[in-house]
Amino acid sequence: MEKNSRPPLSSWVRDKIFLGMSFGDYLKSNLTLSNAIFALILIVAIPVMVYRLVYGLGPSTNLTDTNPWGIWIGVDVLCGIALAAGGLVMGTMYYLFGMKEYHHFVRPAILTSLLGYIFAVFALLFDLGRYYRLPYPMVISYGLTSIMFLIAWHFALYISVLLIEWSPAFFEWVNLKKFRAFFQSLAVWATVFGVIIAGGHQSALGALFLVAPHKLHPLWYSELLPLYFLLSAIVAGLAMVIFESTLTHRAFKRQMEHFDHAKFDRLTLGLGKGASAALFTYFMLKVFGTAHSNTWEYLNTPYGYWYLVEILGFVLLPSFLFACGVRYQNVTLTRWTAFLTVIGIVLNRVNTSIIAYNWNASERYYPLWTEVVITIGVITMGVVAFKWIVNRMAILYDHPGYDARH
Amino acid sequence: MDRREFLKKAAAITGVCLAGSRTNVSAAESLRLNPDRYGVLIDTTRCIGCRRCEWACNEWNKNPNGPLKSFEDKSVFEQVRRTHAATFTVVNRFQDKKGARPVYVKKQCMHCEDPGCLSACFVGAFKKTSSGAVVYDPSVCVGCRYCMVACPFDIPAYEYNDPITPKVTKCTLCFDRINTEGRVPACVEICPTETLRFGRRSDLIQLAHERISNNPNKYVDHIYGEHEVGGTSWLYLSSVPFDKIGLRTDIGTKPIPSTSKGFLFSVKTFEIIAAWPLVFAALYAVAKSRKKDRKETPAAPKKKGGEDGKKQ
Repeated sequence: MEKNSRPPLSSWVRDKIFLGMSFGDYLKSNLTLSNAIFALILIVAIPVMVYRLVYGLGPSTNLTDTNPWGIWIGVDVLCGIALAAGGLVMGTMYYLFGMKEYHHFVRPAILTSLLGYIFAVFALLFDLGRYYRLPYPMVISYGLTSIMFLIAWHFALYISVLLIEWSPAFFEWVNLKKFRAFFQSLAVWATVFGVIIAGGHQSALGALFLVAPHKLHPLWYSELLPLYFLLSAIVAGLAMVIFESTLTHRAFKRQMEHFDHAKFDRLTLGLGKGASAALFTYFMLKVFGTAHSNTWEYLNTPYGYWYLVEILGFVLLPSFLFACGVRYQNVTLTRWTAFLTVIGIVLNRVNTSIIAYNWNASERYYPLWTEVVITIGVITMGVVAFKWIVNRMAILYDHPGYDARH
Repeated sequence: MDRREFLKKAAAITGVCLAGSRTNVSAAESLRLNPDRYGVLIDTTRCIGCRRCEWACNEWNKNPNGPLKSFEDKSVFEQVRRTHAATFTVVNRFQDKKGARPVYVKKQCMHCEDPGCLSACFVGAFKKTSSGAVVYDPSVCVGCRYCMVACPFDIPAYEYNDPITPKVTKCTLCFDRINTEGRVPACVEICPTETLRFGRRSDLIQLAHERISNNPNKYVDHIYGEHEVGGTSWLYLSSVPFDKIGLRTDIGTKPIPSTSKGFLFSVKTFEIIAAWPLVFAALYAVAKSRKKDRKETPAAPKKKGGEDGKKQ
C-alpha cells in the first residue's frame, strides 16, 4: 500500500526539484546567461557578506557616529518594503473589494511581497550590530515607546500573513490537498489582518524619522511623514505589480501559453488608473504638507530644486502619464510609467533617509563599495528565489488539479 | 451667556484641553522625575581648555587613555570634535573673530529629562535613573542605532569595529560614583577652575540665574539646557550666543519623544477602529462567494434536493 501510494524519494526530488529532469540535464538547463550573471554577483557578494560578519561594520561600511544609517536601511529596508506593498494592494483589491478579474495578479504579487519582506529582514541582519539578537524585541525586552518596536512586531506578523497567503501555492506543489484547502480558507482573514498591519508599518517606516526634526531637511520632514510613506507605498505597490508582471510575463513565457493577453493589457490599464489617482493624491498631500509647515522658502535652494525634481518629475509627471495611458489605452506607456514611478519611490526613500538626512551636518555619508555589493547581492538572492519558486509552483497560472476560485 | 460667547468659551476650553498637556506641564512634572535629581552646570566663561576632564573621564570609564601631559596638546582644537566610541566627552574651542578670547566648551551626553534615545530604543535599553542619569544597558541592545538618529545632540556613539558584541557608548553621568554620598562625576572632580559644578538640578538652575543677574554684562541671559528639548541635566552658561559655541539653538523646547507619541497613539487606535469595517468586508466577501458557489452548482447537494422534492 505504502509503496504504491507514494512515489520513491528519488522520483519526488526529480519531479519537484529538478523539474522532471535528471540531475545532469537539470544542471545543463541552468546554464543560461541570466544564471551566469546571478552566479557572478553572488560569487562576489557572499564573501563580502562573510567579511562584514567577521570584521564588523567598521571596515565594511562608511557608517559613522554622525551617520548611523546607510543604504542597508535606506535602500534595502525602506525601498524593499515599500516596493513589496504589491501583496497588500492586490490582496485588498481581490479579497476585500471583490475585484475577481485581477485573479492572475494576486499570487505573483503576494510572492513578490513575501520575498521582499524576507530579504529586507535578511539585509537588515547585516546592518544590526548584534544581528543574532533579532528576536529580542519579541521575547526578551520591550521598548513600548519606540516606533522601531512597532515595526519589528508588524514585520514579524506581516511575514506570517504573507506566508499564509502564499501557502496554498506551496501545498499545491507538495500536493497536500487538506492543508491547501485549510490555508485557502484562511486567506481572506489573513488579508484583513494584513491590511491593518501593513498600513501600520508602512506608515511607521516614515514615522521613524519623526524623532529627527532637527536632522531631516524641512522639505522632507513633516508631521505627515507617516501618511506620505503609507500613500507612496500604495503607489509603489500598484506600480510594482505592473512593472513586475511585465517582466515575469516576458521571463516565463513558457508558462503563459493559455494566457489572455488582451485581458492582461486591459487590467494593466486598470492598475494604471488607480496608480494615477493615488499618485495625484500623494502629490496634493505633499503640497498641503509644505503649506502646513510653511517651508516654501526652501524651494529656492539647491535642496529645494532636488525636492522639485522628486515631486514634479517622479510624482506629478507619472500621475499625468498614467492618466494619458488610460485615456489613450496605451499599455506600453503605462508600463514605462510604472518603471518611472518605482524609481521615484526609491528616490523618495533615499532622499528621506540619506540625502536630506543630516543636510546641515558637515559630515556626509556615501556608501562604501562593500555596502553596495551586499545590497546588490541580497536583491539577486531575492530574484533567484522568485525564479526558483515560479518555476515550480503555480504562481503565474492556475494549478490544473485545483479549483482556481478562492 | 449668548450663543457666540458660549461657542467662544467652548472652543477655548477644548483648546486648553488639547494643548495643555503639551505646553503647560513641563517634562519633569509629567514624567514624575525625582525632584532631587542631579545635574552639572558648565560655566563656559571659566573654562581654560586644559582637557583634564577628558583624561579623568577616560580613566574612570576605562577608555584608552594617555598620560595627563598629552592632553595639553592644543592642536586638537583645530577641528571641532564630537563624542566617539571610546571618547565620552570632548572639549572644543570656538573663536568668533581672530584675536577674540577663545571659548572652550565641553561636550558630553546632556542627560535629557525626557530623552529621545530612551523613547527610540525598541528593546528599552535606556533608563532615566532617579539620580538624573540616562544609562544604557548593553545586555539587551540589538544594535539598530536608532538612538543615534533620535539624539538631537548627536551624542551616542557606536563600537563599529567590534564585529560580535558592539555597544552604544556615551557619558553615564558617572552614575556609579554619584550615588555614593559626597562623590561627584570624574570630570567635575578634576576640573581646576570650577567650570563644572555638580549638584541638584534645581539648585544649579537657581545658581545659574543668580550668576546671570549678578553679572548681566558678562552672560547671555539664557541657561542652555533649562528648557531645550524639554530640559537637560547638563546646563550651560555662556558669554557669547550659544549657536556660536557649537550648541544648537534651533532644537526648540519640545521633548523628542513627543514627536512620535502622537503617531504611536493614532496607529494603535486606528488599527482597532479600522479592524471592524475590514472584518465586515471580509464576512461579506465570504458570504458572497458562498452564495455564488451555491448558484453555480445547484445539482451538487443531492440529499437536499431529495428533501425539497418531498416537500413539494
